[in-house]
Amino acid sequence: MTTTTTETAVITQVYRVYIKATQQAVWDAIVKPDWAARYGYGGTVEYDLRPGGPYLVRSSDEMKAAGVAGGFPVPEVAVDGEVIEADPPRRLVQSWRMLLDPDVAAEGFTRLTYEIEEVPGSGTKLTVTHEVTNAPKVAAMLIGGEEGGGGGGGWSWILSDLKSLLETGAGLRG
Amino acid sequence: MTDDDDRVFKALADPTRRFLLDLLFARDGRTLTDLEAGLAMTRFGVMKHLRVLEEAGLVVTRKSGREKLHFLNPVPIRLIHDRWIDKYTERHVSALADLKAELEEPS
Repeated sequence: MTTTTTETAVITQVYRVYIKATQQAVWDAIVKPDWAARYGYGGTVEYDLRPGGPYLVRSSDEMKAAGVAGGFPVPEVAVDGEVIEADPPRRLVQSWRMLLDPDVAAEGFTRLTYEIEEVPGSGTKLTVTHEVTNAPKVAAMLIGGEEGGGGGGGWSWILSDLKSLLETGAGLRG
Repeated sequence: MTDDDDRVFKALADPTRRFLLDLLFARDGRTLTDLEAGLAMTRFGVMKHLRVLEEAGLVVTRKSGREKLHFLNPVPIRLIHDRWIDKYTERHVSALADLKAELEEPS
């Protein structure tokens, strides 16, 4: 395996899912707190959808309970970042930093892009592009590498859950 | 979404295509030239396999300058996992898998 170029290259993860839902429904599921709490890692999402506007996810009761059970502190804010570009309901670019684990938080901000396209006949195509250059711990978490250790299944799991929620009205946890 | 599942199963039912996915898993965002180097196959052959993977949604391509980069998209595999595998692997089936792993573990 060649590793010489990976030092400087931008490391990008790309995830794509087709959802039988409108573009607007997919957009709302990402940016609206009532929707965003119902799939993936949960928590309470707050977006100020202007360039430079803050983004954060407040830790859910579930995350706090996991912290108490596991004996580690869970911060009030689980994820933070800033909106870079918002073009509802088509495109959202933001910075993203996970704060639940100090080692992961130390890797700093990554760049996250959501692209939402209407596909005639098959609903909506959602593409998530996450640039994780110089953030190997974030990268491992996002591909679901921490799932066995209780870290969740990363983007594949989040998007599978989101698809299930929008198409059936219930997420994977019922 | 049965058609989608069919495409994914068909795409995975080929050792070359599974090998291409493994190459992308090891290092994502590769060019055709790069992927071709790992296979004893013509450029045209590799392109054909990549097209099947792309149509199944398992590979997503992105333009980067003059290059076309190929990315592994694991979401369709996850969807099949959540729809088909979870259902059958919970409870006793996973106990059997554990037993198999234990028995086969080199001591």
